[in-house]
Amino acid sequence: MTELWEGIARAFVLILSLDREVMEITGRSLTISMTSCGVAVLICLPLSSVIHFNRFPGKRYLISLIQTSFSLPTVAIGLFVFVIFSRAGPLGILGLMFTPSIMVIGQAILITPVMLGLTISALSGGDIAISETARALGATKFQTMVITIREVRYAVITAVVMGFGRAISEVGLSLIVGGNIKGYTRTITTAISLETSRGDIELSMALGIILTMIAFLINLVLNRIQQK
Amino acid sequence: MKTDGRKWLIRLLTGIFVILLFPAGTGGMQETGEGSSGEKLLKPVMRIRVATTTSLYDTGLWGYLEPMFEENYGVELDVLYAGTGIALEYGRRGDVDVITVHSKSRELEFVERGYGVERVPFAYNYFVIAGPGDDPAGIKGKTAEEAFRALATGGNGLFVSRGDDSGTHGKEKAIWKSAGLPEIANSKKNSDTAGWLVEAGRGMGPTLLMADEKKAYTLCDIGTFLSYKGKISLVPLVQKGEILLNVYSAIAVSPEKYPRVKHDMARNLIEFLTSPRIQELIGNYGTGQYGEPLFTPCAGTEHVDQRQPRVKTP
Repeated sequence: MTELWEGIARAFVLILSLDREVMEITGRSLTISMTSCGVAVLICLPLSSVIHFNRFPGKRYLISLIQTSFSLPTVAIGLFVFVIFSRAGPLGILGLMFTPSIMVIGQAILITPVMLGLTISALSGGDIAISETARALGATKFQTMVITIREVRYAVITAVVMGFGRAISEVGLSLIVGGNIKGYTRTITTAISLETSRGDIELSMALGIILTMIAFLINLVLNRIQQK
Repeated sequence: MKTDGRKWLIRLLTGIFVILLFPAGTGGMQETGEGSSGEKLLKPVMRIRVATTTSLYDTGLWGYLEPMFEENYGVELDVLYAGTGIALEYGRRGDVDVITVHSKSRELEFVERGYGVERVPFAYNYFVIAGPGDDPAGIKGKTAEEAFRALATGGNGLFVSRGDDSGTHGKEKAIWKSAGLPEIANSKKNSDTAGWLVEAGRGMGPTLLMADEKKAYTLCDIGTFLSYKGKISLVPLVQKGEILLNVYSAIAVSPEKYPRVKHDMARNLIEFLTSPRIQELIGNYGTGQYGEPLFTPCAGTEHVDQRQPRVKTP
């Protein structure tokens, strides 16, 4: 029990003294996850509209498939990305393995289905009258899309925040494709994994506390949005 | 109507970007302030990548040598820690420029198949069989083979195997074979080993912590063992015999196989490891902290030291 309290106490010292390593790792985690989140948003908004506003055969199955991939294990995606981007793999020529860029790609692959699925269900949960009215008033297809997305914007933001939460908290993918290189691809979760295995509990705890605080903030934001 | 919708979309996208970029920017600034990753993402700094066995990483040796190499050659050295099996696989796939591993037969095979240029031994130490202080299986003072036989047949005590295809795991297998129990080395899951052999499937450090947690026996290189000494209560029980020799070598990944590997810098790294100055530092590494060196340098030769290992049993 003393170990736990000492660990927590030293963890707070590390955080409050803005320990260089802790800040650096946290900054990197945020940068990588936010970039991947941004990439996913760019893919997701147009794609979700295209899927929602068009009728095509197999649409139901496509949506089920997207929803199934919510729970894809991060390590499986990590392995997939590794095989594709490793020098011996089809995209090996890019030389992206074990860089922050490949972590962004991997995380974007991981969270795009989540955002896509949630955005589509947000769109279908929206008031049909709105898009019908828009169309009746002579709006083009694009305008109708924009209006409908605007109506469900809070649900869309929720989807984005959920995606970010999944990106920043995953460890399997980052370990496999990033390699947990000190000062380069080490993020909060991979550092916790390594330091715990080394028996260095304090740094792990400090990072764990920071990650929990980030998760808490995410939830706070989500609650605020959902109250609107 | 039309302009309204467009405007709104633009506003939404700008909003998202501002939200995304603001903390990302501050995170980046913190890093550039310290001259690290944020800056490196923008500036083309040459990076060289080495995959190392976990024992050289968990002892902190790479962390110690890395800044010296980076300063000497003005490059960024990326150190990936993995078991020898994975490190060799990274090498075979061309994902790293150099590997530092410890499994002679597999290293030779790696070079022979054309994946590596040359096997360059640079340091060695010994393995120990560590276990709980009360030694329920009574292996203390025995040879490695006798100790493994006692663990397999005695029914007292648990053995934690690395089980991750690493160099240490390879050494476990070699000892099982040498002890006349090849079936334990070969079997994946065996009812014979049920109840007394556990596969950790992780690096040396975590395996050691697991063995300590379970009050079990495990095979560990002396370097990692000493660097974990304060954190665990296991003691070294068997440290005799040539079979426990543990040689680390560096191999540059073949530029013929993978033209994109940074072979010149890889050669620099191997020269650096085998240079007299660094060899001396490797030989002294850990003396201050653990009271004895963790490695014996051996550049240029595969020098087998016939002396007994210097580890004192507490």
